[in-house]
Amino acid sequence: MMMNHSLKNQFNLRQGSVIEGKWHRNHYVIERELGYGANGIVYLARSQSGPVALTMSDNGLSITSEVNVLKSFAKVQGSALGPYLLDVDDWIYRGKQISFYVMEYIQGPQFLSFIQQKGHAWTDALILQLLNDLEKLHDNGWVFGDLKPENLIVTGPPSKIRCIDVGGTTMQGRAIKEFTEFYDRGYWGLGSRKADPGYDLFAVAMIMINTAYPNRFSKTTGGLNQLMKMINEKNELKKYEHVLSNALQGKYTRAEEMRISMLETIQNNSGRDVSYSQRSASRTRKKVNISRQGFQKGKKRGGVLETVSIFVIISLLYLFYIFGQVV
Amino acid sequence: MKTGTLKQILLITDGCSNQGDDPIAMAALAKEQGITVNVIGVIEKDVIDEKSMTEIEGIAMSGGGVSQVVYAKQLSQTVQMVTRKAMTQTLQGVVNHELQQILGGSKTVEDLPPDQRGEVMEVVDELGETVELEVLVLVDTSASMKPKLETVKEALLDLSLSLNARSGDNRFSVFAFPGKKKDVEKLLDWTPSLGALTSIFGKLTTGGITPTGPAIREALTYFKKKRSLRSLLSRDDESFFEESV
Repeated sequence: MMMNHSLKNQFNLRQGSVIEGKWHRNHYVIERELGYGANGIVYLARSQSGPVALTMSDNGLSITSEVNVLKSFAKVQGSALGPYLLDVDDWIYRGKQISFYVMEYIQGPQFLSFIQQKGHAWTDALILQLLNDLEKLHDNGWVFGDLKPENLIVTGPPSKIRCIDVGGTTMQGRAIKEFTEFYDRGYWGLGSRKADPGYDLFAVAMIMINTAYPNRFSKTTGGLNQLMKMINEKNELKKYEHVLSNALQGKYTRAEEMRISMLETIQNNSGRDVSYSQRSASRTRKKVNISRQGFQKGKKRGGVLETVSIFVIISLLYLFYIFGQVV
Repeated sequence: MKTGTLKQILLITDGCSNQGDDPIAMAALAKEQGITVNVIGVIEKDVIDEKSMTEIEGIAMSGGGVSQVVYAKQLSQTVQMVTRKAMTQTLQGVVNHELQQILGGSKTVEDLPPDQRGEVMEVVDELGETVELEVLVLVDTSASMKPKLETVKEALLDLSLSLNARSGDNRFSVFAFPGKKKDVEKLLDWTPSLGALTSIFGKLTTGGITPTGPAIREALTYFKKKRSLRSLLSRDDESFFEESV
């Protein structure tokens, strides 16, 4: 997209440029540009306490919106999904005021290149981590919005998934602020753009599909049919068919439900001694009830008891009937 | 804070106007009436010429709106982004105006310390979610637009999906220029959803000149009619944004 080139040229900060905050008087030395988006340019910079990511924009209010989101991320207990906000300030440059904020620098490969390097075995663990973090975010009344592989970084070791762009984070019940078509349920005709947990879970499903189609694909017929067809064409996706189909249709209302469903799928797939018929049987049961393994086992035992008692009762009734006929 | 109705014209075109009034002057006229003009230049594979580019930027600048030139396949995402961006821009202007009255003098939001600025932005976000919005879409249907019209239709349906996720009310209307007999032809009257577009766009004929200026002028009268009609229903908050933008 042709955008904001003027902004980019306007700053054009060289390595070694020093930025000093007007309010807090902290110094940052620019190292290099990390990237730029709709709202500003992100630089890697050096501070007194080490490397940081510094975002600047000539529109003070648009980055203020992002700062608000980062602040609310800090309130989400025990979640390290987004970057920590370190400083917010203004810099006077050539007589103009430029707003900037400073975040923790999250270093590591992007989600898709990490999977490509280390193999599909990592998909499960990372997606489960992501769902865990999303659950916490949702519990605090937010929806991430613009969830996509480019915004996901794998740090480590130990490998941990983190998000770097929180610009799309939206309060639940409001209209999604920012999105990317491929990961947006509205684009595929599978739901609204109102922020609810299901919106993020749809994006998670699309990210999983993206791992099997690194170049993505474009919408032809759209809808569930096209996506399910794409899923069934790839073996690495086929095993998640059930989870993906639920997420795409918005059947999970919480990240935790999708997480449990995925764990079950993984456990069922890894047990090679499980016969096919058993596997499909447990799969059909899952459709009715998303539940824990232990609960299912209890139900199986209960099923045997049920069969025996029904058999006994029916035989008794039949005996009584025969008895009545004879007499 | 009192929230009136945000009024926007969304112009979708692929080149320079070649008849009638200067569209940049018409956009300035719109701005004076409290109507923001946004422009999206849509190109196929071709490169857009300097003259068209200047005109597109000029219209948006004097119309107080946002402009963007994109390839047809990025249209959906751009249309909703430009509309949202212009909304935020207008609302920021309103909030700035209010603040100036409170703080006095030439102080703006930018002069506030970052923490207080955050609170102001929350107000802007809140307004963006709840404010009433009227978008009049002006589609260029000159011959060169023909292969792009299907994409334009998709993008407008997508826009209505995005905006209807807000809790505030939306009203859309769609006009094509040049029209069969006049400069502008009404395709769709004010409606909360653009769903009806699907059948209309199929029948659309393209061809002829590009009277961008007259099209904007005509579009303005349509807002006016609407306003006088609504003032009969005793809505007194209409003039609010006109003063402050």
